Amino acid sequence: MIVVAFVSFSLFNFVGDPVNSMTGEDASDERRAEVRDVLGLNDPVYVQFSRFLGNVIQGDFGISYQLKREVSDLIAERMPATLELVFVSALIAIISGVILGVYTGIHRDSFISNIILVISLAGVSLPTFIIGIMLIYLFSVILGVLPSFGRGEVTQLGFWTTGFLTTSGLKALILPSVTLSLFQMTYVIRLVRAEMMEILQTDYIKFAKARGIKRSAINYKHALKNGLIPVITITGINIGTLIAFSIITETVFQWPGMGSLFIKAVYFVDIPIMSAYMIMVAFIFVMINFIVDITYYFIDPRIRLKEEGS
Amino acid sequence: MLLKMYDKIYDTDIGYSFFNSKLAVISSTIFFIILFCSVFAGIVAPYNPFDPASVSLMDAFTPPVWSEGGSFSFILGTDQQGRDMFSTMIYGSRISLIVGFASIIFAMILGVFLGITAGYIGGRYEIIVMRLTDVQLTIPSILMALLVDGIARAIISQSMHDEMAIYVLIFAIGISEWPQFARVSRASTLVEKNKEYVSASRIIGLSNILIMFKHILPNILRPILVIATIGLALAIITESTLSFLGVGVPPTTPSLGTLIRFGNNFLFSGEWWITFFPAIFLIVLALSINLLGDWMRDALNPKLKKR
Repeated sequence: MIVVAFVSFSLFNFVGDPVNSMTGEDASDERRAEVRDVLGLNDPVYVQFSRFLGNVIQGDFGISYQLKREVSDLIAERMPATLELVFVSALIAIISGVILGVYTGIHRDSFISNIILVISLAGVSLPTFIIGIMLIYLFSVILGVLPSFGRGEVTQLGFWTTGFLTTSGLKALILPSVTLSLFQMTYVIRLVRAEMMEILQTDYIKFAKARGIKRSAINYKHALKNGLIPVITITGINIGTLIAFSIITETVFQWPGMGSLFIKAVYFVDIPIMSAYMIMVAFIFVMINFIVDITYYFIDPRIRLKEEGS
Repeated sequence: MLLKMYDKIYDTDIGYSFFNSKLAVISSTIFFIILFCSVFAGIVAPYNPFDPASVSLMDAFTPPVWSEGGSFSFILGTDQQGRDMFSTMIYGSRISLIVGFASIIFAMILGVFLGITAGYIGGRYEIIVMRLTDVQLTIPSILMALLVDGIARAIISQSMHDEMAIYVLIFAIGISEWPQFARVSRASTLVEKNKEYVSASRIIGLSNILIMFKHILPNILRPILVIATIGLALAIITESTLSFLGVGVPPTTPSLGTLIRFGNNFLFSGEWWITFFPAIFLIVLALSINLLGDWMRDALNPKLKKR
């Protein structure tokens, strides 16, 4: 975390001249000096860095050069949108991925599972933004059933704006989250399929069959439970990827989230937003790893037993 | 002469597996057709879309030839400036391919250099390099490329940026893909390092640099080539994604991604072909390279062959 903080700080500090981008080309020298003083750019580097760290811990990322507003406000405004999108698409990816993966793992050579596999191969090679455009064209332009941009109506719940509570919000969520989840889904399908195929060969499954337990009970209760552990790891890692890819999806669907904020920041060289985004993403990565480790503990009794034993 | 060459290639292991895999033949044919078209874009394309004299605004938004209002002079229709879609796409694929190839070569040189030296020298240097690759592999490559691009934008002034954009892009994509190469080449170097020919060349007193790059490098090229092929598809997709997001190549020299971005604005007014054809073109290009890479991985992997 500190490494990331330092990198983004040096970004902040040494890259480009913020005074220039704030005041414009034709500002007078006095005005420049004044802005420089307000931003504290005349202090030595280590003072600036410690101040930066202190500010970040308090959630203060400075002022956006482009929009002239507090970066923390901007991010707080947009974070719910992105997190809702990522959450829903992770949910779609896991649920449909696991169901399809189990299906293709059990009925290995059936016609339907071959179709699913071919589609999943296409999902890997298709760039996300093209999937998004195709979905927009199909559902918004030709069929006209789903909105193609924005979040629809949102409800304000304290500091959190949500699109879950209105129909237009939910409708607006469908296309972007499906687009975002497709890529992840293909990974989950393949992983679950491979796991299921391996586990169905093991002795305890054969024993369960010999005991005469129902087929569906074996598949879902005995086999799937053990197959899920690597899925959790991969999804944990991939939520980071989802957040990165949400940049693309948000641009395609004009979703007012952090990703589109970041893209605009890159476009206008708005360094405070860029570094704040970087820190946020790094923070989310660390948190996810932590959560994944904890879930192991609950799902896999072997890990729990080992720790109690030692 | 050509037939003889064909026979000779057919007789090798790799040639045999190539000509017996339909997918490999088809996908490489498609890939080489696209490559040929983009290299000789000036000859193949019916118009030069960047020559103002050949473009007329009167022709803007002509639909493709088979739909109503289309004309045979613009087979796939025209875009908002009256440029022929087919020609623009070929010129666009040229830029996509240049950026793709250049960035993958950049990533390859950087990654292979760091990988071989890490594997060969070992010690603290190896730990640092490998930790670096681990850290970078957890960051999605698109995010990495975006960050590098953003930083470059901050360093280079706006007016210079348009000229430099292509190099920045190559650098950004290259930086985001080198860890794969470093990993693989380090792993292979660790295996090769203990073989007799390396000890032999060390005994006759060859310098470490010579051993690393003249003797070990040729022996680990196979897995690197496989990654390079798959990486090429990824690089092309990343390039088009960045261009689509508007932070890639400048609009004066559009790549496939830029074309899709332009077309996206006209999707709702019914001019679907401006987005559709570059998108299809990009998918076909990426898919054919991916399939080629898949085949290469199987063909060059001795473990799979024995089975």
